[in-house]
Amino acid sequence: MIKTDILIIGAGPTGLFTVFEAGLLKLKTHLIDALPQPGGQCSEIYPKKPIYDIPGFPEILAGDLVNNLMEQIKPFEPGFTLGERAETIEKLEDDTFLVTTNKGTKHNAPVVAIAGGLGSFEPRKPPIPNIADFEDKGVAYIIRDPEVYRDKRVVIAGGGDSALDWTIFLADVASEVTLVHRRNEFRGALDSVERVGELTKLGKVNLITEAEVKEIKGEDHVTGVGIKHKTQGDINVDTDYFIPLFGLSPKLGPIANWGLEIEKNAIKVDNSYDYQTNIPGIYAIGDVNTYRGKLKLILSGFHEAAIMCQSAYQRIFPDKKYVMKYTTVGGVEGFDGSKKEAKKEVVKAIV
Amino acid sequence: MSDVTIKIKDREGEIHEVQAPTDMAMNLMEVCKAYELPVEGTCGGMAMCASCQCYILSDHELPEMGQDEDLMLAEAFYVEDNSRLGCQIPITPELDGLEIELAPES
Repeated sequence: MIKTDILIIGAGPTGLFTVFEAGLLKLKTHLIDALPQPGGQCSEIYPKKPIYDIPGFPEILAGDLVNNLMEQIKPFEPGFTLGERAETIEKLEDDTFLVTTNKGTKHNAPVVAIAGGLGSFEPRKPPIPNIADFEDKGVAYIIRDPEVYRDKRVVIAGGGDSALDWTIFLADVASEVTLVHRRNEFRGALDSVERVGELTKLGKVNLITEAEVKEIKGEDHVTGVGIKHKTQGDINVDTDYFIPLFGLSPKLGPIANWGLEIEKNAIKVDNSYDYQTNIPGIYAIGDVNTYRGKLKLILSGFHEAAIMCQSAYQRIFPDKKYVMKYTTVGGVEGFDGSKKEAKKEVVKAIV
Repeated sequence: MSDVTIKIKDREGEIHEVQAPTDMAMNLMEVCKAYELPVEGTCGGMAMCASCQCYILSDHELPEMGQDEDLMLAEAFYVEDNSRLGCQIPITPELDGLEIELAPES
């Protein structure tokens, strides 16, 4: 069981900055995120897009913002449970919370901070009528272990980076790789597009564009897919696996059933004080919360994280009095033994 | 007057006739959200998620599709010939009387 002071659900910018604010108060943190990497939407959807409204940064790429936050929180040694979705929450007799993920990992903390953004990212499943029947029977929406596909035949569908990257990777692993996309143009990085082009010429990838997988064939397991081509009509491709990679979309998911007050797909919080939910000890910060006048901005999430950590401190140490210190005055003392502080001014008399 | 009227058919088939301002740099996705219609707008309007996909039912002339929108629609589901991303359609006086239908959630 993982034990911490503040369990943060969601490792987007708000969740990451919570580590820093908690660390200043000497509170330990652990983050859970459904995605395999930290950064939330900034990493998953638009890492290469600029953001212009982070105070003090006239322009910063979303991916760089995440890298900077990771650097900023490093001294506070946060724990991470990545690639797992927070599934259930239980209040224990000692007034702490037990949060279990979909993979059964257990986390225990006196304070839970939900910084879940728009929800956990789930793969977008193409509307092929019988696709659900073949899930785990040859249909996969996420590649967890590429070795599964060694010397097998694979059909990948999609036109973005993950479809291209996995096509390139599996070209050396699978016995046969077919990439199906609705257009001739791809949305992914230019060098990946070029690499797939080269592999196609070398005969290592079977590229079918202007086409769409419409049907899955097989009984107990996928044996082939039916493809509809724009001009050539129906094409059948025999395959062992079908991997549609059409990106991820966020779903509020199990958090919706935690007994929290939900309004318009967001969690209601007390914004006149500390962003606590209707369940004492559970806070909601960043895009996942709602209150009158809420702005879904990264900077709002940062502010909410700072306020929320003060309240969490009081909950964990009801008898202690905490005085807020500026980092310029007090410095930043990491749990790793590092210490950052402002240089002392040298006072020197002129005469 | 700087408002236009837009008819939006939601996923249950109900038609909402809404007023949208032309002088506030809004787009169709934002109008749907402002009227609390079930449009997520996950990516915030960067043509990167297709959660604001809609079908254009009237024969209004719309701004030409940019490459971002075109390639995003190439990966979206339930795409028809009249599909557009709401976030890429700014509200202009020419849109008065526009009729659209929200594409299924995916």
